[in-house]
Amino acid sequence: MNMKLAQLWHRLVQTARLSCGIPDYDVYVTHLRTHHPERKIPTYAEFFRERQTARYKGTGGRCC
Amino acid sequence: METIATRPAGVASKVVWVIIAIIGAACLGVIALRRGEPINAIWLVAAAVAVFLIGYRFYGRFIELRVLQMDPGRAPPSVLRNDGLDYVPTDKWVVFGHHFAAIAGAGPLVGPVLAAQMGYLPGTLWILFGVVLGGAVQDFMVLGLSIRRDARSLGHMLREELGPFAGVVAMFGLLALMMIVLAVLALVVVKALTHSPWGTFSVACTIPIALLMGIYLRWLRPGRILEVSLIGLVLLLTSIACGAHVAATPVLANLFDFDAKALAWLLIGYGFFASVLPVWLLLAPRDYLSTFLKIGTIVLLAVAILFAAPDLRMPAVSRFIDGTGPVFQGRLFPFLFITIACGAVSGWHSIIASGTTPKLLANEGQARMVGYGGMLMEAFVAIMALIAAASLHPGVYFAMNSPSALIGSTVEHAAATISQWGFVVTPDELSRTAHDIGETSILSRAGGAPTLAVGMAQLLHNIMPGERMMAFWYHYAILFEALFILTTVDAGTRVGRFMIQEIAGLVHEPLKSTESWIGNVLATSICVGLWGYFLYQGSVDPLGGINTLWPLFGIANQMLAAIALMLATVVTVKLKRQRYVWVPGIPATWLVVCTLTAGWEKLSGPISFTVASQTYEQAMLAGKLMAPAKNLAEMQRIITNNSVDATLTAVFMLLVLTMCGFSIYAMMKAWRSHIPTAHEAPRVALTSVASQTS
Repeated sequence: MNMKLAQLWHRLVQTARLSCGIPDYDVYVTHLRTHHPERKIPTYAEFFRERQTARYKGTGGRCC
Repeated sequence: METIATRPAGVASKVVWVIIAIIGAACLGVIALRRGEPINAIWLVAAAVAVFLIGYRFYGRFIELRVLQMDPGRAPPSVLRNDGLDYVPTDKWVVFGHHFAAIAGAGPLVGPVLAAQMGYLPGTLWILFGVVLGGAVQDFMVLGLSIRRDARSLGHMLREELGPFAGVVAMFGLLALMMIVLAVLALVVVKALTHSPWGTFSVACTIPIALLMGIYLRWLRPGRILEVSLIGLVLLLTSIACGAHVAATPVLANLFDFDAKALAWLLIGYGFFASVLPVWLLLAPRDYLSTFLKIGTIVLLAVAILFAAPDLRMPAVSRFIDGTGPVFQGRLFPFLFITIACGAVSGWHSIIASGTTPKLLANEGQARMVGYGGMLMEAFVAIMALIAAASLHPGVYFAMNSPSALIGSTVEHAAATISQWGFVVTPDELSRTAHDIGETSILSRAGGAPTLAVGMAQLLHNIMPGERMMAFWYHYAILFEALFILTTVDAGTRVGRFMIQEIAGLVHEPLKSTESWIGNVLATSICVGLWGYFLYQGSVDPLGGINTLWPLFGIANQMLAAIALMLATVVTVKLKRQRYVWVPGIPATWLVVCTLTAGWEKLSGPISFTVASQTYEQAMLAGKLMAPAKNLAEMQRIITNNSVDATLTAVFMLLVLTMCGFSIYAMMKAWRSHIPTAHEAPRVALTSVASQTS
């Protein structure tokens, strides 16, 4: 039961962050570890800043 | 080719679907047939749910299996190009939430409110059937096409499937649409805040609140979005509460009391500075706040409608279907289908369905839920907005949405005029409503936001009564709409700036660099100048602005939808699935017919921009002044504005026709070919990639 609730909360946080253009940090870290072990792993703060800038660079985004 | 195994439906499932169909038909029957006595909003909600469920289960699935032939065993871009950042296979509910948050904006809240002048029935039917057969089809098909093309954008797909020139034409169309969207949305804010110190104060407060949040997120607690959004929300609610005192203190109230012209200039200035400042300082924090507030408010509206279960006081079909309506001019066909764009069919969604969403879907089998289902949710928001408007006293509705050129500027005059139209209302009722919501006047506040805010305030007041609570809810609703409109204006100006730099780059390469300060300031000024022109024009317009600009916006948005659906039609033929060409073909044709007819009526005929400009020109030649112009300069300005609007309409029509030409040519070529000619990426089995990467 607690597991389920924790998972639900995690999903909600993930959705909320993604809606603001911030993807899942843990997923990114896992990705770096498995596929690019040579690269430096950014802290959450660095990761957040990079994504924040990236969100407003391109076209698209939101609706009227 | 059946790529998804279809399970034979069990008896229980068949029975359930038959019951849903019967409930839906019964509710629609009640809505359509009951006349003369008010019906309850719950009938509308139930009918919408039944229609959407059936559309999703049967038509959505038909498109999934037959037209797009989605294949859950095929590796999507998120798996093939997984980079942990942009391309990430993500849980389907998370993708759904993200997609819905990206597509739902102010559009579905404004259009249905304006269309309520024709009664609630025409709008309801168009939203219900428009979305199932058109809007959701567009979103789903564009998503399905993009996921098969490395999650490419709409512009890229147009270039690839229709040719490079078609891509350039679409880019100009997109830029023009963007400018009109920004102008018309900013005008909604102007209309809501004109001579409203309370509203203006609380909206102005969002700027320091956002700056504070930005600094907090950057240095104090980096990346704690939820935490900072909660702080922001508390500050916002405090600012609404303080607004009441500001409005009650004459010295302070004077500081925040602006007319439409001044507000337009303030917004233009704000738009410029907000989009040259670093994003983390103002834009991003405001964006977070408005995203959460938007979802929260939509949920609040749903709860309010379900619990308050209001009666619809607007007639089912009003006399204004004949084209004489005060809110916008033009007959039911084609103007209803232009006025309600977002919520039924929204071209803008094709940008999002070919943006981040296709990069996140973990497999093709989830595209229907996100693409088709997400749009159905937005249609539901539109239905709720329609209910909020139709549950208002019709007299109050028309007082709020008719321009002062028609109803005058006193409650006595307004009540007399509106009662003459057949919606009996007393001056006292109009003043009382204004007093209840803490404003001095509710007259001529077109634009949807204030009407929705009054509707919402009344609904919430019904379930949570309390002294002065209605005024609080009204200003909450205004603040929430202003907040996310300003976010759109800010982000849109930035996007527009990049588009202008891209176009400028075609002429002079160095202008393309987004890092260059000169390019930045120059392109931002052009962008702000373009939408600012239309905003200013709207704020001094004798008919209130919305009346003039909303049809332009509708034509532009439906034009983009028509382009996206034409792309889907062409690709269906290119894949040699031409027996299903009607699926995207019928809504595409319908939208082309609607935009061209509406465009034509705005170009020639009694309600056109051309005739308006000619009338003023003749008066000027005869040396006469025509209301509302008070001098020759104002006369000249009205003539110029109408000529600009007419030219723009002609450009939109030309764009639609050009894209039609490209599509028909590409389709004929593909029809004659014996092999599929679409540019799909080759199929890679999901299992083969999964075994390599894990």
